[in-house]
Formats: sequence, structure tokens, C-alpha cells
Amino acid sequence: MALVLNEEQSMLQQSARDFLQKTAPVKQLRTLRDQSSAKGYSAEVWQEMTAMGWPAMIIPEEFGGLGFGYTGMGVVLQETGRTLTASPLFSSGLVAASAFLMLANEQQKSRYLSGIASGEMLCSLAWDETLRYQPENITCSATRKNGAYLLSGNKLGVIDGMSASHFLVAAVIAGEADVSLFVVPADAAGVSRTAFHALDTHVLAELQLQDVVLDSEARLGGQSFSLEKLYRLLDIARIGQSAELMGVAAECFERTLVYLRERKQFGVPIGSFQALQHRAAILYSELELCKSLVLGALQKLDEGLVDLAETASLCKSKLSEIAMLATSEGIQMHGGIGMTDEFEIGFFYKRARIVETLLGDRYFHLDRFARQRGY
Amino acid sequence: MSEVTSFRAEVRHWLDQNCPQPMRNPMESEADVCWGGRNVVFQNEAQQQWLRNMASKGWTAPTWPAQYGGGGLDRTATKVLQEELQRITARIPLYSFGISMIGPAILKYGSEELKRQHLPPIVRGEIRWAQGYSEPNAGSDLASLQASLVDQGDHYLLNGSKIWTSYGDLGDWMFCLVRSDRDGPKQGGISLVLFDMRTAGVSTRPIRLISGKSPFAETFFDQVRVEKNQVVGELNGGWSVAKYLLTHEREMIGESGLGQAGTEALGEMVAAAVGLENGRLADPLLRRDIARVEMDEKALALTLERARDEAKAGASLGASSAMFKYIGTELNKRRQELLMSAQGLHALDWSGPQSDSGHLPKSWLRSRGNSIEGGTSEIQLNIVAKHLLGLPG
Repeated sequence: MALVLNEEQSMLQQSARDFLQKTAPVKQLRTLRDQSSAKGYSAEVWQEMTAMGWPAMIIPEEFGGLGFGYTGMGVVLQETGRTLTASPLFSSGLVAASAFLMLANEQQKSRYLSGIASGEMLCSLAWDETLRYQPENITCSATRKNGAYLLSGNKLGVIDGMSASHFLVAAVIAGEADVSLFVVPADAAGVSRTAFHALDTHVLAELQLQDVVLDSEARLGGQSFSLEKLYRLLDIARIGQSAELMGVAAECFERTLVYLRERKQFGVPIGSFQALQHRAAILYSELELCKSLVLGALQKLDEGLVDLAETASLCKSKLSEIAMLATSEGIQMHGGIGMTDEFEIGFFYKRARIVETLLGDRYFHLDRFARQRGY
Repeated sequence: MSEVTSFRAEVRHWLDQNCPQPMRNPMESEADVCWGGRNVVFQNEAQQQWLRNMASKGWTAPTWPAQYGGGGLDRTATKVLQEELQRITARIPLYSFGISMIGPAILKYGSEELKRQHLPPIVRGEIRWAQGYSEPNAGSDLASLQASLVDQGDHYLLNGSKIWTSYGDLGDWMFCLVRSDRDGPKQGGISLVLFDMRTAGVSTRPIRLISGKSPFAETFFDQVRVEKNQVVGELNGGWSVAKYLLTHEREMIGESGLGQAGTEALGEMVAAAVGLENGRLADPLLRRDIARVEMDEKALALTLERARDEAKAGASLGASSAMFKYIGTELNKRRQELLMSAQGLHALDWSGPQSDSGHLPKSWLRSRGNSIEGGTSEIQLNIVAKHLLGLPG
């Protein structure tokens, strides 16, 4: 497959860009923050996104989706990165949908996927339990009782967790080494959630589960899975995050370039100074490397590559590093105004940090990449 | 059967018949490289046969038109040929600045006469070319070069000197940037001329580098006769030809760093030297740097692939080549530093029996030149800033 977008994907990119820049630009994020939005995103924008079929992107037509593939989803996530648009597209449309596609039985797919595709169901993965990222550390327990399961435990950092209608909870059944994912309705008895306002209006949730009763149908695929197998789901999520980081970094860089051309000091544009030119040129080179990594990884997803560990960790590690570089250089090159709340560049810096931290930062993924490479 | 499939079958059959067995193993050292030329000494019969066979098909320069001895292949067919060559790990039959540099420039800018005269011998590996660009006082500021070309009626006379001529002491012909007009803007008075290095008045002196090797020479011109028909492109129009050539050179350098990376995985080599503890490289800080280089090597390979896919068939990468040159050479320097760090005392061994003739320290020292030759990293960043990012000044 050529490492370029095909015509359909390019059109999708353009229409997503047009829509987001018009309907959900960065200033909307500021409004959401100033209003202390409970959801952390605009319900109206999300409704329009679902009307365009974005959460249906990776879901096959037989389950009410568009069957447009991961590259299509990645292209849209990248555009949401450019505008810093908050929405459950990532948590529900990419991660939860992928979980059902990968792990659910036919019955569960029919039951849930069309809801995700239409946006009626908002599903969030509830996996993490530690402050520093340790995905292997799952203590949330499921106990069999009279043909049902009793679920207990705490979860942290649940993305869009305050607006989710359902959770996919990772839990261990006593006596089993492997891990199961359970579909848990947010309004089930024994479920309580607390908002965690992240530093750029992203709303995460902390989840408390106390003897939540679930029937056997709630267990994805009716079985548990090895962590190795489940990590593929997390890897899909990380590739999606990388696409978003790409958009964050690229937009921040382009805004900085404009400023370098326009801002005058000492009677000349500051972009004529070699010290800044070289930093911009190095950043550009790094972003070109990042673009190839993201597109290459999305195409591997569409080709159905099973072992994504090396690809996803490479992508997430490099994109995290370069997105932080691009956004911090963005602030520095804008000078004082870059430090003001009134100016938008700081929002990019904040978003990059959030996306890097969730699902493993550059250090976690560098370590994992090296392990995959045999050292 | 599609055209591609049948071409692949044809290539495979031909290689089976025509690639000598000893040429199907990767080269072990620089000594295995064949540069051709008048004074070529083939390592063995197989090397000579392999060059002759490939040249007879024009496949030493697969994309050049068949009428000038090239293979006349389009991009797809060239890719098939390359894949088939890789499949049997065939050696590159000919390393040649003729093929990678002056040939493409003659094809694009040269007269019909020059094409007929120079291209077929390049394809056959009969003439080895040297590049006369830099001068003692014209390095990064190449356009300020002073080697002077003066019109003598039926010929020109060349005086001056060049430096950093790759393998200049081994070249048969030289392509040389000269000042043919001293008035007006400095870029406007430059010409690219060709001459035989046996011409009276040409002399060379190898330059010894910190690696102990001498891949470059100084070249001196004292009343050297240059024929009137040996100007590539317009007289005083050499700067555009030179820029085109530099683009080719940068791409070549950017990729050569990558070729190295592709053959030997850095992590594996270092793990063998340093050892593992609980599955991780025993030195955690070295491990981190190794992983970062490996990540960037993979990203660079993908980015080159993407650039080719984005470019129209066979098109040059243009100003992007400056970026690739910058990334590729800086990456190779990081790689060499890490290999040195991993090997401890062994890395310091210049000539001992275990040192492979000092291969490791010599490669490390040589790599410092990567980001200087063909335009320094700083010049590449200037080009990126100006031509790709549109920054002023």
C-alpha cells in the first residue's frame, strides 16, 4: 500500500477540517472551560459528528457502521487534534468499538455496535488503577454467583467517564490469570463515579464499583483473555492517540511559523534569525518523521496486522516527545504572549501532555519498544 | 499474466543465468566495491563478469533511456528489478558518481553530443568521474568559487584548484564548477564543465582524514585546456545544474546512512556486546539512546518511502532532500557514537588482530564528515527554513 491517503481519505480529511474549524474551533474549548462543562465537550457538536457517521467509522456495515477503516478514523482524530475538539469519538468510537470488534461474540456485537455507531451509546474503557501507568496491574475482581458476576474495584482515568452510558471494565475472575472485560451500564446499582477535571477541560472519571451485579452476557466474548491479546486493544488506542497528537503538533507548528513570519523585532521578522530558523527546520524534520509513523501504523491496522506492540509503542513514544517539543517550542517562540491564557497556543501544550500521559507516556513506550526489539 | 509479473519472471530467469554465484553474497568490506574506470582492478573474474552482464542490459543505470545505454525501465519495472536483486542478495555491480550524479545532470541539461559521448561509457563502468565543487575559500558558500575559465577562441583555459574531490586521485574525468564570468551576481557567472583528468596541467593530492583514510583529494589546474563542447547546460548557467546535482547528492547521502541501518540492527549489535539483564540491556542509559536511534531509523525509512510515494514517478525530492540529508547524517553519527560506547576498549583498537583493521573507530571518525560533506547540516537547515518553510531572509 502506498504511504499516502487515497482519494476518499483525502476528501474525508478536508471535510473534517472544514467542519471542525467552523463548528468546533479552539475557542469552543475555552468556552467549555469557562462554563466548567460537566461533560467536557459540546453535546451539539457531538450530535453533528454522529450525524456525519464519525463514531461509525471503523464499524462494519453489517453492524450499522460505515466500514471506512482505521485510516479514516485516524484522519478525523488528527483533525480533532488541530482544533483541540473534545468529544467521545476516541473513547467510544475508536477504543470501545475496537474492543467489541476484537473480543465480543456475535450477539454482543449486534447488541452494542449499532449503539456506538449511532452515538446513542457512549462506552468508555475502564482499565487503569494506578497513578503511574501500569496496565498489568488489575485488581478489580469479578466473582461468580448464581450464574451472574459480582464486580468490585476502583478505576482511574476513565476517559469521558462522566458522560459514558456504559463502561468496559477490566477485571480478574478469582482463580484466573487472564483478564475479562465486562460491559457495565453506568446506572447499574453499585456504580458510582467522581469527576476528575484534567488540566485542559478534559473530564476523566474515577469509578467505584461495589458488588455490581452483571449477567453472564456482560462478559465480552464470554471468556477471559491473556493480557498479550488485550494489549492489542490498547495499542489500537495508542495509535489513535498518536494521530491526535500529530494534529496537535502540526497545528501548533503552523501557527508558530506564521508568527515567525509576522512578528517583528529589531526591525525585521524574527523568522529571519538563524537561531529560530534552525529550530523551526529541526521541528519540521521531526514532524515529517512523525507523519510517516502515524500513517504507517494506521495502514497496518487496516491491513489487520496482529502484533502491534512495536509499531504502537514506537508511534506513541515518538509522537509524545515531538508533540511536547512542538508545543513547548510554540510557547517559547511566541514569547510572552505564548504564556498568556488569552492566547491559544498554551491549550496545545496542555492537550499534548494529557494525551501523552494517558495509556503510557514516552518512557513507558520506549521501554516497551526496546523489549519488543529484544533488548 | 500481468506485465509486471512477466517482467519479474524474465528478470528472475536472467539473473539466474547471469549473476555469478560469488556476487550473491553481501559485500564484506569497502574492498568489495567496484568503482570501474580506466584503471579498474577487478577483485576476481566474477566481479568483472557481473558488471559486464548488468551493463549489457543497461541495468547499471536502469532508468536511463536505452538509446544511451540505459535500461529504459519505468519506476515500477525498476522497483521489480531492485526487488529481484535484493532477493538473491546480489551485490551492486558498479558504484559510480557517473550514474548517481553527473549522468542525471547530462540527461537533463546536456547536449545530444554530450549524452552520446558520456552516458554509454558511464553505464559500462569504463570511466570513473570525480566531482570538482568545493574550493579552499568556497565551502558552505559554494557560489563564491574562483577557479577560472577563460575563453581562448576555439577552447577554454582553466586555472585554480578544488578541494574535497571525492576519490579525486582515482578519477578519469572530472565534472567541475568554474567561474566563467566575474561580473554580475556570483551565481550568474558559474559554468559546469567536463574534462579528462589526463589533460596536461591537472594534478591531484590525496587528503588524509582523522580516520587515517583518504577518500578526498585536492586538485590543481594549471592552464588546463577544456573543449568548447564540454559545457553542461548554458555557459554561465551552471548554478542551476549544480543545485540539481547537489539535490541528487543529498538524496544519495541521506539514503546511504539508511542502507547501513537497514542491514544491521543497532540494538542487536549492542546487546551482543553489553549483555542483557532480565531481558533488558544491562546499561539502562545506553539502552534508552539505542532505542531512540532505532526509532528514528525506522521513522526515516518510512518517511523516504512516503516521499517517493508522494512524488510523481521518478521525480526528484527537491528541497526535501536537504531534510533527508540532515536527518540521515545526524542519525548515522548518533549510531556510530553508540557503537563506540558499547564496545569499550575494543572500540579504541586501531590495528590489533581483533580490530578488523580498526573498522569501528575508523567508521566512527569518518561519520563526523557526513554532516559536513555535500553541504553541512547547518546549510541543510537553512535550505529547509527558506525553501520548505518560507521563512524570510
